[in-house]
Amino acid sequence: MNKRRLVERFWKALMIASTAVVIGCLLFIVVTVIWKGLPALSLSMITRIPKGGYYLGKEGGILNAILGSLYLALGATALACVLSLPVVIFLNVYCRKRSRLAELTRFSFDVLWGIPSIVYGAFGFVLMVYFGMRTSLLAGIVTVALLEVPIMSRAIDEVIKLVPRELKEASYSLGATRLETSLKVIIRQCLPGILTGILIAFGRGIGDAASVLFTAGFTDRIPTSLGQPAATLPLAIFFQLGTPFPEVRQRAYASAAILTILILFISVLARVLSRRYTKHVIR
Amino acid sequence: MRLLKEKAGRTVMFILTVLPTLLLVLMFFGLFRKSRAILALKSFGGLLFSSGWHPLRGEFGLFPFLMGTLWVTAVALVIAVPISLLMAVYLSEYAPRGFREFAKPLIDLLSGIPSVIFGVWGVLVIVPLVGRIAPLFGRYSSGYSVLAGGIVLAVMIFPTIIHVALEVFSAIPFPLREASLSLGATRWETTRHVVLRKGSQGIIAACVLGLSRALGETMAVLMVVGNVPAAPKSVFDAGYPLPALIANNYGEIMSVPLYDSALMLAALVLFIVVLTFNILARWFLVRAERRAE
Amino acid sequence: MNDVRSHLSIRNLNVFYGDLQVLKNISLDIPDRKISVIIGPSGCGKTTLLKSMNRLLDHVDEVRVEGEVLVDGEDIYGPNVEVTRIRKKMGLLSQKPQVLPMSIYDNIAYGPRIHGHRDRKRLDFIVRNYLSAAGLWEEVKDRLHHPASRLSVGQQQRLCLARGLAVEPEIILGDEPTSALDPQSSQRIERRLVELKKDYTVVVVTHILRQARRIADYIVFLYLGELVEHGPAQDVFANPRDPRTRAYLTGEIS
Repeated sequence: MNKRRLVERFWKALMIASTAVVIGCLLFIVVTVIWKGLPALSLSMITRIPKGGYYLGKEGGILNAILGSLYLALGATALACVLSLPVVIFLNVYCRKRSRLAELTRFSFDVLWGIPSIVYGAFGFVLMVYFGMRTSLLAGIVTVALLEVPIMSRAIDEVIKLVPRELKEASYSLGATRLETSLKVIIRQCLPGILTGILIAFGRGIGDAASVLFTAGFTDRIPTSLGQPAATLPLAIFFQLGTPFPEVRQRAYASAAILTILILFISVLARVLSRRYTKHVIR
Repeated sequence: MRLLKEKAGRTVMFILTVLPTLLLVLMFFGLFRKSRAILALKSFGGLLFSSGWHPLRGEFGLFPFLMGTLWVTAVALVIAVPISLLMAVYLSEYAPRGFREFAKPLIDLLSGIPSVIFGVWGVLVIVPLVGRIAPLFGRYSSGYSVLAGGIVLAVMIFPTIIHVALEVFSAIPFPLREASLSLGATRWETTRHVVLRKGSQGIIAACVLGLSRALGETMAVLMVVGNVPAAPKSVFDAGYPLPALIANNYGEIMSVPLYDSALMLAALVLFIVVLTFNILARWFLVRAERRAE
Repeated sequence: MNDVRSHLSIRNLNVFYGDLQVLKNISLDIPDRKISVIIGPSGCGKTTLLKSMNRLLDHVDEVRVEGEVLVDGEDIYGPNVEVTRIRKKMGLLSQKPQVLPMSIYDNIAYGPRIHGHRDRKRLDFIVRNYLSAAGLWEEVKDRLHHPASRLSVGQQQRLCLARGLAVEPEIILGDEPTSALDPQSSQRIERRLVELKKDYTVVVVTHILRQARRIADYIVFLYLGELVEHGPAQDVFANPRDPRTRAYLTGEIS
């Protein structure tokens, strides 16, 4: 028995060590980034754009990246919403249980979900060339929207699937059309879950670099129209990390810190929302 | 009037529903069309297996990048699979419920961290680390290496593997564990002979999904892996995985002939490979579901 | 009172799930080499009582156990007790047959292997012996290395019985062992249990009163977590002392 007990203890120790490694890495990463970035964060850093030279200006801050990211991610998420929500509703309200279209669409979503963002970026680039567009906010928005659609759809689908049949039937038997039921009853019922899905997709969109690399360009300025290139936080980090100029590197660290804090905030918000949601819906 | 709205709404939704499938098809064909230019000149096999990457000379051998991808992914899996599975087993079979509820959000958090942030961490922490331990193995390395890429990648795929493994384990009904325990088996013996065996298909699926995620990861790896277009010969050498190739060279795309076509071909290859592995993983998951009953 | 010599005694057992008290101050001596049947309406703690006997309760979240469960005079909830040794003394038959994901042979050999038996000849003997004791040998003797999941449900339950016997326990525990089986298979299991009581102490939980009448030597009636009445089966069935027992036996409460 001693041998067995030893074996049990050995594996349990390994397991605890592995758990410590995983959680430790998470903490390590967050702490490292914030440690490096916090000192660089000052009011001027976040309210000014870089000056003096192509990406390498030594003065100024990262306002270009902050606003660029926000414009891009908000636009992309809105577009993704328009593309996802109706589809999920269609799948759940209008399609029969085992409809071919529903299975095919869900399969497509699953496949799209797994495609790396660099492929989305490459495809976005192909589209850009085809339509004769230059690197711009619009191209970035479209590409990131495509990236976000599978993520948002999956999250919202999970939530809308759970709406009990009886609820829908109650609405129908009052004479409501399916559209009205969807808009007035289902969406309202699932609202927290839907918001969570939107948040998760937004978080993914704002943090992704590979998809905007080819499509949104980079610039020191804040975009004032859809046709202009836009700086984004991830690319700000990527381009400015490796320079020999410490001021420029500081901007990279500051961008990293802001991005991380933003993502942490979104994650916590999404979790709080989804917990409030499951409290309501316990059938 | 209401009926009109209903009809209109339904039509719009239907059109939108067809789009995802359409998108998938478009992606494939879009990339394929762009790759045709270079495929017209050289054979697919030739491109895959030739080692010379000299775009200015018109040589676009993809072999070093395939090797780079292979090496980095292999290192990542070797590190990530044991650690992830051990943690998943711990959370599922040993940990008290309070800890499990504490750990799960943390895992989700890890999976939400953007790739570039991992890259920053990699550059600040992992690269110097590798540079320092290389001499212990008798090699010199700047730190920008396959090993650094593999380590960073491993941390990125922890959540993927853990999440799927946890789902697989929780699908195994509890009374089965009870049956083993009531014979006097220890928890580890029960885990090993019953849980891991019953969940084996699902565990494979989890690893395949981790693999597929690793294949496509771009930014973090790009920042730490060295980007030297030659097949690596040791983990301390620099590598140049396929996604990094595409990302790094987009600037040259317009200036050198056929460059964009070659890169789109690389993207297409990546697309197909990741697709294949994802479908494989789902196949395993379906088998796991059947087994768990 | 018949012979009170018992392997298994329970003293002042109280079990809590969180704040909810599921078992209230149970004290009981399970008679040796007899079939004791625990009866009562559903949800009143029968399975909890059974699982407290081999400390399977340990694996339930937020459970608190107070009191003693004595096996061969030793309190299994005592401070330095090795759970795996205790569990070896008892075999468990679950409601739904829990076949381990391996061959028929390996299912039976699982217990002995874990406890150290490696010798092939010995294992062969154990497998054959206990499959026969469970009444399954003839049906499976030429497909011992096939996956156990391919057996019918009734066969699976007999397999679980054989598997439990293979660790050579003293006590057999059954948690509604026939409720997932068709009548024919149920009958076979019942017959096996009756034969086995010659050598083992058997404790079974059931919600089927007729089953209790068929096989019980000793009855334990639980109602809402309390031990209402217990005694030799004929006495309890013929002359229940407590009005609640009478109500349950006549079907007023179920």
